[in-house]
Amino acid sequence: MAEERRQKQCSVSLPTESMKAMAESVGVGQLQEESCTALSEEVSYRIKEIAQDALKFMRHGKRRKLTTSDIDNALKLKNVEPLYGFQSQEFIPFRFASGGGRELYFYEEKEVDLSDIINTPLPRVPLDVSLKAHWLSIEGVQPSIPENPPPAPKEQQKVESTEPLKVVKPGQEEEGTIQGKSQGATAADGKGKDKGLIRLKPRSTHELSVEQQLYYKEITEACVGSCEAKRAEALQSIATDPGLYQMLPRFSTFISEGVRVNVVQNNLALLIYLMRMVKALMDNPTLYLEKYLHELIPAVVTCIVSKQLCLRPDVDNHWALRDFAARLMAQSCKTFSTTTNNIQSRITKTFTKSWLDDKTQWTTRYGCIAGLAELGPDVIKTLILPRLTIEGARIKAVMEGPVVSTIDKIGADHVQSLLLKHCASVIAKIRPQPDNMEQYRTDYGYLGPMLCSHVMKARTQAALQAQQVNRTTLTITQPRPTLTVSQSGLSGSAGSRTPSIIKVPSSLTLMTPRPGTPSQPSPPATKYIVMATSAGASSTQQVITLSSSQSASPVTSTVPSATSTLQPLVKLESGSGPGLTSSRPMQKYIVVSLPSSASSSLESKSSVLPTSISSTSLEATMKLDRSESPGASTQSPH
Amino acid sequence: MAAVQGGLADTNEEKDIKTEPSNDGFGNNNATDGRVLSTSPGSSASAGINKSAAGAPEDQQTLLAVLQFLRKNKLTESVEILRREAGLPEDSLELKGSDSSGAGSGGAAGSGDKEGGDASALLSRVTISSSAAAQAPTKAAGEDQPDVNVVLSAYNQQGDPPLYQVYYSGLKKFIESVLDCHRAELSQLFYPLFVHMYLELVYNNHESEAKAFFEKFSGDQECYYEDDLRILSSLSKREHMRGNETLMDFRTSKFVLRISRDSYQLLKRHLQERQNNQIWNIIQEHLYIDIFDGMPRSKGQIDAMSGSLAGEGKREANKAKVYYGLLKEPEIELPLDDEDEEAENEEGKPKKKKPKKDSMGSKSKKQDPNAPSQTRIPLPELKDSDKLDKIMYMKEATKRIRLGPDNLPSICFYSFLNAYQGLTAVDFTDDSSLIAGGFADSTVRVWSVTPKKLRKVKSAADLNLIDKESDDVLERIMDEKTASESKILYGHSGPVYGISFSPDRNYLLSSSEDGTVRLWSLQTFTCLVGYKGHNYPVWDTHFSPHGYYFISGGHDRVARLWATDHYQPLRMFSGHLADVTCTRFHPNSNYVATGSSDRTIRLWDVLNGNCVRIFTGHKGPIHALAFSPNGKFLASGATDGRVLLWDIGHGLMIGELKGHTDTIYSLRFSRDGEILASGSMDNTVRLWDALKAFDDLETDDFTAATGHVHLQDNSQELLLGTYMSKSTP
Repeated sequence: MAEERRQKQCSVSLPTESMKAMAESVGVGQLQEESCTALSEEVSYRIKEIAQDALKFMRHGKRRKLTTSDIDNALKLKNVEPLYGFQSQEFIPFRFASGGGRELYFYEEKEVDLSDIINTPLPRVPLDVSLKAHWLSIEGVQPSIPENPPPAPKEQQKVESTEPLKVVKPGQEEEGTIQGKSQGATAADGKGKDKGLIRLKPRSTHELSVEQQLYYKEITEACVGSCEAKRAEALQSIATDPGLYQMLPRFSTFISEGVRVNVVQNNLALLIYLMRMVKALMDNPTLYLEKYLHELIPAVVTCIVSKQLCLRPDVDNHWALRDFAARLMAQSCKTFSTTTNNIQSRITKTFTKSWLDDKTQWTTRYGCIAGLAELGPDVIKTLILPRLTIEGARIKAVMEGPVVSTIDKIGADHVQSLLLKHCASVIAKIRPQPDNMEQYRTDYGYLGPMLCSHVMKARTQAALQAQQVNRTTLTITQPRPTLTVSQSGLSGSAGSRTPSIIKVPSSLTLMTPRPGTPSQPSPPATKYIVMATSAGASSTQQVITLSSSQSASPVTSTVPSATSTLQPLVKLESGSGPGLTSSRPMQKYIVVSLPSSASSSLESKSSVLPTSISSTSLEATMKLDRSESPGASTQSPH
Repeated sequence: MAAVQGGLADTNEEKDIKTEPSNDGFGNNNATDGRVLSTSPGSSASAGINKSAAGAPEDQQTLLAVLQFLRKNKLTESVEILRREAGLPEDSLELKGSDSSGAGSGGAAGSGDKEGGDASALLSRVTISSSAAAQAPTKAAGEDQPDVNVVLSAYNQQGDPPLYQVYYSGLKKFIESVLDCHRAELSQLFYPLFVHMYLELVYNNHESEAKAFFEKFSGDQECYYEDDLRILSSLSKREHMRGNETLMDFRTSKFVLRISRDSYQLLKRHLQERQNNQIWNIIQEHLYIDIFDGMPRSKGQIDAMSGSLAGEGKREANKAKVYYGLLKEPEIELPLDDEDEEAENEEGKPKKKKPKKDSMGSKSKKQDPNAPSQTRIPLPELKDSDKLDKIMYMKEATKRIRLGPDNLPSICFYSFLNAYQGLTAVDFTDDSSLIAGGFADSTVRVWSVTPKKLRKVKSAADLNLIDKESDDVLERIMDEKTASESKILYGHSGPVYGISFSPDRNYLLSSSEDGTVRLWSLQTFTCLVGYKGHNYPVWDTHFSPHGYYFISGGHDRVARLWATDHYQPLRMFSGHLADVTCTRFHPNSNYVATGSSDRTIRLWDVLNGNCVRIFTGHKGPIHALAFSPNGKFLASGATDGRVLLWDIGHGLMIGELKGHTDTIYSLRFSRDGEILASGSMDNTVRLWDALKAFDDLETDDFTAATGHVHLQDNSQELLLGTYMSKSTP
C-alpha cells in the first residue's frame, strides 16, 4: 500500500488549467500550453517544498494539524512574504463555482465595511491561559477521575462484550508482567514465565472501593429520592462520569430490581426515575452497556407494555412513561443490535405478537405500538400501516360503540392519537399527492379522514423544513456574489472614507469575463443581478446590496462616490449551486436603478428591494423541489 | 591572482557563480569564521589549527581549496587572514593553483560546453578526493557551504539514461541472488544508489527517465526513507536542485555504509565482472564504505542502525574518548543531623561540624576515572544560594524512596487550559516550583505552582530606600504589589519553540522562530539579553546544569554554545545535515548532545568543539534527548515513536523502547536514573525500567570493538506503566 502511495507522489502536480485560471486572475489572458506545463511543475515543486517546511513548524509546535501560520513561517524561511490575512484556526472554506465548462475553487474574500467593524462592540475577551493540575498516576495507579480517560475505553468495553476471546487489555497485560516479575525469583525466570504464559480470558472483577461504594449509595438514593435538584445532579453525574465502568453491573441490577418491585406496586414516579437512570447510563459516552442489556431491556420493556403502571390509570400520565421507555428501547436497538444478538428483531416480534392478540389491553396495545413506532419509519411502514384498518375498527368500536369503561375509552383515544402522530409522517412520504379524504377512508378505514388531515399538516411542515434545509445548503454551496467596481472618475474629496477601502478581490477578476457576455450559453441556474445607480451631484454614497435571498444577512457595502458621474455597479452571482437545480436552467437579470437623488435616506430601502425580489424568484424554484426533498432529508439512516 | 585557469572552465564557473551572487561568498566567509571560532577555544587558537594543518594533510588540502575559492572571488583580505591563521606558506597556494589550473586546462583542451562542465567536475573531484583520500574526511569548511556548481557537477557524467534502470535492476538481481548473510548488508546499497542515480538523471535533464526510474524502484526502499523519498519525488528539474538543502546534503556528504569485508569483496567482484562503471563510480564518489572484518551483520542489526540521512556513523567517529563521568561535587559544609528532624528547622544556619560523608558524599568524593578534570572547562563558582540549594537537594536525596518496578512514581499532570493549541514549549525548574511555557503567540509565561507567588524586584528608586543591613533584605527588595501566580514575558516576535530555566531559577532562556534566544530575569521579569546569531528559527535551547553556558540549535543546522555574558557564541557546532531540533547539556557540562532532523544525534565536546559521537538509528527527526543522571547514557525520542538508549562511553546503541505510536516530545530520567519517563503525541506517558535496560547490557557480551548492536526486543518487559491522558481537541 505504501508503495502505491509513493508511486503516486511522483506524479502529483497541479493541473495546467489552474495555471491558466491563476494567470487570468492576474490579467494574463492567453497563456501558452507549454508555459502552463512549465509553470505548473515549478509551482507544484515549490508548494511541496513549502509544505514540507511547514510540517517542520507543525512538529515543533507539537501539533497534529497544519495551520496557516505554519505555512506563513515556512514562507518566511524562504524569504518570501507570508500571506497576510489567512488567520484561521479551522479550515478555510473554499467556495466552488463552475461555469463555461470550468470549475473553480476560490477563497472568498468578503467585502468588509470598516465602520461596521469599528462600531460593533468588542468580542468577549478570550479566557486567559491557565494551569490545572491533576494526578495522572498515583504511585503507578491511574486514578479514575474525570480528568483522566476512563479506565476501560468504550471501544474496549465493546470488544470485550462482542468478542470476548479477543480481549487483550493493555492494563492487565502490564499487571501480568509486573506480577510475573515480582513472583519470579530472577529476571530470567520472570522472562521465561511470561513467554510461557497462556493467555486466558481475564476474569472481570468489579470490586468497588469504599469511595465508590459511597458514591453508589449516594447516587442511587438521589435518583429515586424526593429531591428533584439532587436527582438532576445525580443523573448528570451518571451521564458524564467516566469512572462508572466498575459500577455498571450494580446499576443495572438496581434498575431491573427496582422496576420489578415498582411495577407490582404501581409506583409510576419511581418507574420514571428508573427509566431516567437508564437514559443517563446510555448517554454516558464512556460506558458500553451491551453486557447488561439482559437486565436493562426487560426492565425497559416492562415500562412500555405493562398492563398497569400506576394506581389510577385514568388520571395518571403513564402514557408519557411508555413513550419515554419506547424511545429508550429504540435507542438501544439502534446502538446495540447486531446480527448475533438480534435485539431489534426479537423486540419487534414481541411487540407485534402482543399487539396482534385481540385480548390485549389498551395500555399494552399503546405500549406495543409506541415501541414499534419508535423503531423508525420502515417498521411503521411494514408493520403498522397494514393494520391501520383493523386498529381503526377496534377504536371505532370503543369510541362509538356501547358504553364501556372510561379507561378503555381513554386508552383507545391515546392509541388513536399515537397512530395518527406516527403514521402521518410516514404516509406523507410514501403516498403521492393529492390527499383525498375518501381515498384515505377506503384505504385506512375509520382512521382515514383523520389521517388525511394529519398527512396534509405533515406535508406542509416538511415543506417548511425542507425549505430551511435547502437554504442552509444553498449558503454553503453557493458562491457569494462578487462585485466589480468600475469608477469612471475619482476625486479625492470623498468624505471620511477613501475609495481605496474597497479592494477588488483578486479572485474577482476570474469572473469578469462572464458578466460581459451574459448571453452566452451559461451554466444552469446562474443569476446576474445588475444594479446601476446613478449618483446625483449631492449624493455621496450608495449602498448596494450584494447578497441575495440565500444569505442570512444581506451584505451591504458602502461605495463612496464623490463624483457626479454614473457609477454602474455590476453584481454577478452564480446561482444556486450545482447540486440543487441542475436540470432547470434559470437566468435572471435584475436591474435596479436608483434615482440620482438617492441619498442616505434611501439606503435601507435599496438594500431591501433587491433582496425581496431575488428571494421570491428563488422561492419558485425551491418549491418545485420540495416534494422530493423532505423524503431525502428525513430518511433516517439505517 | 596566482591561479591562471584554463579559459573556458574559468569563465564558465565565474558566470555560474554570478547567478548566485552574494550568497556563496558570504556563506563561505561565514563558514570560515565559524571554523576559526570553533577551533579557537580561548587560549590556543592558532595552535590548534597548526596542529591540524600539520597532522592532517587532507585538512591542508581543503584549506587550500578554500583559499583558492576566496581568491577567485577577489576576497584578498580573507585570503590573507586565513593564510595567516592557518600558517600556510604563500607558495603552497601557488602550488595548488597551478595544480588545479593544470586540471582546468586539461579540460579546456576540448571544446564546447560539455568540456567546461567536465573541467569543473574534475576540479570538484580534486577537492573532494583530496579530503576523501584519507579515511577521515572531516567536515571541512569548504564543504559546509559548497560551491553549488562544483558539487552538482559531480553528477555531470555521461551514461545512457535508459541504462540506469538496467544497471540498477542488474545490481538488484545480483544482491538478491547472493547468500542470505550478505544480502542484508548489500541491500544497504540500494537507497544511496537509488538516490544518486535519480539525482544524476535529474541533473542531466532526463526528466522522464528520472520519473520512470523513481516509479520503478522507489517502492523497494525501506519504509523509513519515505520522507526523503517524498522530497526527492518532488524534485524533477535541474533548477530545483539548487537550494534544496536535503539534496545538497546528500551530495556533499558521503553516505556511510558499514559492510563486512566478505560482502564488499563480493560486490567489488561483481561490479568489475560486469564492467558496471556507472555504479562503481557512484560508490567511489558518493559512498563511504566502512569495511570491517568478521561476520556480516544481520538484517535486524543493520536496520537498527540505519535510517539517518547520511547512513550510519563511521566507527572512527565514535572512537574518541568521552569523559562521561560526573564532576566531583563541590565540598560543601553541610549542616549535619539529617537524622534528626530538628535540623530541618535550622537550615540555612550551617552548624560547623565535620563534613558530611554519607552515601551521596562518599561517592562523589572519589574522582571518577571517566570524569573530566574539574577545570576542563571553566565553570562558574558556586554562590551561597547555590550551596543552600545543594544542601537542600542532598537532604531530600537521603529521604528519597528508591523508585523501581515496585515503587512507581506519581505523575502530576498539568493542563494548560485555553491555550488553543498555542503551547509550543514547556520547562520546569528542578525543584518543581515554576513552570514556564512558550507560546505560538510569541509570549513566554511563567507560573508558580507553589503557594509562593511571583514577585518583581522593586524599582531602583525604591531599592535605595530599603535598609540593606537588615536580615530580611532579600524579602524587602521584592515588590509585594506585583505578586501574582503567573507572569507574561513579551519580547519575541515569533512562536517560542524552546525554553529552559537556569539551574539557580534566576534566569529563563527562550528561543523562538524569530531567530533569537532571549535571556529573561526571573527577578525583574524583564528581558536581559537577546542573543542573535541564528538567522533562522531556533528550535531548542538548554541551560548547562552548572549555569552560565547554554546551547541553542535551529534551522540553520548549527548548534551554538553561548555564555550568558557574551553576546556572541563561544562555539559553533556544525555538522548536522538538517535542522538541529533539540539540544541537551551533559550533566558534567563538558559535552552537549544535539538531535537533528537528519535523524542523527551528535555529541560535541564543549572544550574543542569536536563532534565526538554520532548516533544513528532513528527513523525520524529527533525531538527529545535526556542524559541519565550518571552521565553514562543518553536516551533519545523521535517522530518514529521509539526511544533509543545509547551508551556514551562505547558509542553504542544499547536499547530500543517501543510502545509509543507517535512523536516523543519529552524524556526525563528519575533523579537516580532508575526510571525513564517518556511523553508522546499519542497522549500517553510511559514509564520504563531504565535500570533494567542498562543492567541487561552489562551482562551482555559486549561487542564494543565491532560496534555491532544486537538488541533484544524486551520493550514490553521494560515498560512499567502506560498512562493515558485525555486528548483534548
